[in-house]
Amino acid sequence: MADARLKVFRGTIEGGALKDYQVPVFEGMVVLDAIHHIQAHDAPDLACRWNCKAGKCGSCSAEVNGKPSLMCMTRMDSLPAGRPIVVEPMRRFPLIRDLVTDVSWNYEINKRIKPFKPKPREADGTYRMQQMDVERIQEFHKCIECFLCQDTCHVLRDHRRYEFAGPRFMIRLATLAMHPLDTENRLREIKDQFGVGYCNITKCCTEVCPEDIHITDNAIIPLKERVAGEFYDPLAWLWRLVRGKKADQRSEVH
Amino acid sequence: MERTTAAQPARIALFDTSRRDLWWVAPMATAAGLLLFVVYTTWAAFQGEHFEWGPYLSPFYSPHFAFTWWPFSPALLILWAPGGFRLTCYYYRKAYYRAFMWNPPACAVGALNHSYRGERALFIFQNLHRFFMYLAVVFVFILSYDAVRAFFFADGFGIGLGTLVLVVNAILLALFTFGCNSVRHLVGGNVDCYSCVALGKPRHQLWRLVTRFNDHHMLWAWVSLYWVGFADLYVRLVSMGVITDLRIL
Repeated sequence: MADARLKVFRGTIEGGALKDYQVPVFEGMVVLDAIHHIQAHDAPDLACRWNCKAGKCGSCSAEVNGKPSLMCMTRMDSLPAGRPIVVEPMRRFPLIRDLVTDVSWNYEINKRIKPFKPKPREADGTYRMQQMDVERIQEFHKCIECFLCQDTCHVLRDHRRYEFAGPRFMIRLATLAMHPLDTENRLREIKDQFGVGYCNITKCCTEVCPEDIHITDNAIIPLKERVAGEFYDPLAWLWRLVRGKKADQRSEVH
Repeated sequence: MERTTAAQPARIALFDTSRRDLWWVAPMATAAGLLLFVVYTTWAAFQGEHFEWGPYLSPFYSPHFAFTWWPFSPALLILWAPGGFRLTCYYYRKAYYRAFMWNPPACAVGALNHSYRGERALFIFQNLHRFFMYLAVVFVFILSYDAVRAFFFADGFGIGLGTLVLVVNAILLALFTFGCNSVRHLVGGNVDCYSCVALGKPRHQLWRLVTRFNDHHMLWAWVSLYWVGFADLYVRLVSMGVITDLRIL
């Protein structure tokens, strides 16, 4: 097979630029293979983060031809032939070096989320949940924390509205908010501290998710609906009043 | 490519991207599709005539209001409701935020930076979607009644091409409306523990059914949008005598 031309971002905290490399292509090759070839033959100091090479560790996130992608899951034959392949670090996050960025902001956001607070155990010391109660949130547990959704989200990437926790943490908040055992009411925080209102449903997070999690439809929109019911819906408020329920009682929201 | 490497990543300019694909095609096609519909609908709404023929009534003019105190086209009394439903719909938000407001024009393409506030401040009205949804459900029943009425001609029961157009219109609008994210929330999405609440199992099943419609919400949004316009055009052309309704039965 013909060689492929790659333009890989090389740079440090002082600045950087795209640098050209030539890489032999073999069947089934992915972009991460090409980066490893460059490390082995041309630039042993090329920095890139990787671990499993199987799309499960979420380490090798980058932008391939401008699209936020996992390098290990982007096959070379899926990219336009005869044109250089551009590999850049995630633009949303501060650069450390070459393809490695500082994603620690995400861990700081994660710390701000109140932990799971389950209801008391049943008399026999166990918790019981039906499958129908948990199937929605099982999808969210597929998240590998690659942060591609955080990278592509224009609220963070372009507008720098860091009051918005970002799609990855909307998933985590939805996991907790929809959990049948969790007793914590999180809606005011979801609205005020984590800024669900900043999301304008343009679904780029869903488009780039390598785990095919329907982030917008299954996590963010349901959270927006819950916030609308709690804070913007006088009929829901009236319904709660008639039923004698307080707004923050769990198991059913409006 | 130069890159700012301070603690903050570089500001990304409008349309700045390394994408090599035709990312601009989708927002342009969306903008053209929405503009075409809005222009036709506005024109048709202001006509105030040629909106019924035989048992057919244009969906833009249904229910048929004929108030003496209203000097303008009756469509103007109606279209704000389905218009509001679509304007605040979660799918259409994606469509017009991308196509017209460029926030963002496409994924990983530089967005328009105009002190973005999201769906807060001015755009907090998007939270009215569920109220427009209640009205949209009423319109599904009204347009279904119109579709049934379209079987009954002056000479008795029959089926014309217009009958089929109005039946398909009601079906498509139902598929769009009942796949709405607010419906999905209200029928069961708002429940955290189905096994803990009254009627939990049927609510869960209903939620799953609405989810299946919701999976194709974009498809139903576009097809129902253009079909409702086509239904108006068909009734209009028949009423004007430009075409003759094909009587099947």
